[in-house]
Amino acid sequence: MANPVAQAGREARQRHGWWRSNRFLILRRSSQLLILLMFLSGPLWGTWILRGNYSASLLLETIPLTDPLMMLESLLAGHWPAWLVWVGAAVVLVYGLIGNRVFCGWVCPLNPVADLAAWLRRKLGLRQSASLPRSLRYGILIAVLVGSVVSGTLLWEWVNPVALMGRGLIHGTGEGALGWLKGLVAAFGAGIWLIVALFLFDLLVVEHGWCGHLCPVGALYGVIGSQGVVQISAERRENCTRCMDCLHVCPEPQILREPLLLQKGTPRVANETCIACGRCIDVCAENVFEIKTKFHYSGAKK
Amino acid sequence: MSQQREKTPARRRFLRDAARSAAGLAGIAMLLGLQQKQSQARDGLALRPPGALAEGAFDSACIRCGQCVQACPYQTLKLATLLSPLAAGMPYFVARDIPCEMCEDIPCVVACPSGALDPHLTDIDQARMGLAVLLDHENCLNWQGLRCDVCYRVCPQIDKAITLELQHNERTGKHAMFLPTVHSAACTGCGKCEQACVLEQAAIKVLPLALARGQLGEHYRWGWEEKQRAGHSLVPEGITLPARGVKGGE
Repeated sequence: MANPVAQAGREARQRHGWWRSNRFLILRRSSQLLILLMFLSGPLWGTWILRGNYSASLLLETIPLTDPLMMLESLLAGHWPAWLVWVGAAVVLVYGLIGNRVFCGWVCPLNPVADLAAWLRRKLGLRQSASLPRSLRYGILIAVLVGSVVSGTLLWEWVNPVALMGRGLIHGTGEGALGWLKGLVAAFGAGIWLIVALFLFDLLVVEHGWCGHLCPVGALYGVIGSQGVVQISAERRENCTRCMDCLHVCPEPQILREPLLLQKGTPRVANETCIACGRCIDVCAENVFEIKTKFHYSGAKK
Repeated sequence: MSQQREKTPARRRFLRDAARSAAGLAGIAMLLGLQQKQSQARDGLALRPPGALAEGAFDSACIRCGQCVQACPYQTLKLATLLSPLAAGMPYFVARDIPCEMCEDIPCVVACPSGALDPHLTDIDQARMGLAVLLDHENCLNWQGLRCDVCYRVCPQIDKAITLELQHNERTGKHAMFLPTVHSAACTGCGKCEQACVLEQAAIKVLPLALARGQLGEHYRWGWEEKQRAGHSLVPEGITLPARGVKGGE
């Protein structure tokens, strides 16, 4: 029988202990924090690991990284970017080999905000919500790209909260911790209200509203990584007790339906919307899920 | 009892839906309001970093990475936020606060990965971030016949971008006024003059080029330039009349 939503993961915690039932969450938060600290090491301590922000950056003064959506917008708006941006985009395409929306789960600075809203939803029992089609994000992605051609500007960047969150936290100038704190307010400016609005939207209006339905950045990362090798697999799905814990915590629960609940096709949760957060692995008391590569042969019963 | 049970979920649903609609609408209203406010915030005239492409081209080229901002050793450059006078995330500076220090190696341009800051700009004196304009004659101290000269003194291109032009002071009848005069051929728009102006509000301000500059009609020909080019006047010279009653006259 299905467990209560608010207690998703309790069974796993009781059976496997705290670390085993939270490890991917902790690893993910560490990854997000580590990347933010790599950006901040320059302004805070004078050692530049990453220059720039989540839109484009330079790793260790040599390896460029570019947000592919940002570059596409710029290209379509009529600017032929300099080679450094192209190399940066190529590096991100290499990221696509890893797979899916790993960026969303492990890098994006907005993910903790969205997760907080989802967590509060579970705890407060705000389960049902207004519905939006999940495919809306691809529509927005196309609209952003076409809009960039028409307007000759980077259309999405007027409101892009992902970039805004990054800029707000990193904010470029201001040496030392005090300078950073002082600059934080100025750097966010009114942008903080956009983040708050987004949080409230996720909390009160649409479940997983932003990341799961609207964000074109994540949509593009999903498309790029759709052939990636890292995949979540419902390896021992025959053990599933339908406690629903994984569906309760999954930001894209619709993708678990076929491989897990219906037990159709391969057990791989091979879908470009999976953010590979591994939270399903954490909360499953029956050890159904594993992270596997695409090439792994699954012995699971079909 | 059963009636009670039926009533409560309906009321709950109503309250929940009302709260959701209100939150959704508030969110949308906030977004639109911010956008609206941004369009109103354009009173501050933001200046671009050196080497920035022309306004439209810069909008499409800049990928908002902030590396120019991080490269600037004087914290001149800022990234626009949602309510800044520019599209969020783009670099600008406010001359009155921190002007461009005109670094010889132009680190902001070097740092730019996209080419939005033109890498061909290697001589900072060729930068055109804007154009200084002495907007307010009525409050400029030099125009009152005082010797302030601060804008002229701080100009990195002293005597090229800003000169002092002497003019008879009609008020005192015996002094000269030293009028600060900006020359667009040399002014880089660094903004040091605007920052240094001693008035409460600067009398000299750096404006974006599109705003500061007029444009001559294609058909205009300056007679004196044509004369120089052709070696002689293109129209018949006027006759020279004798000047009478003036000592030393012709």
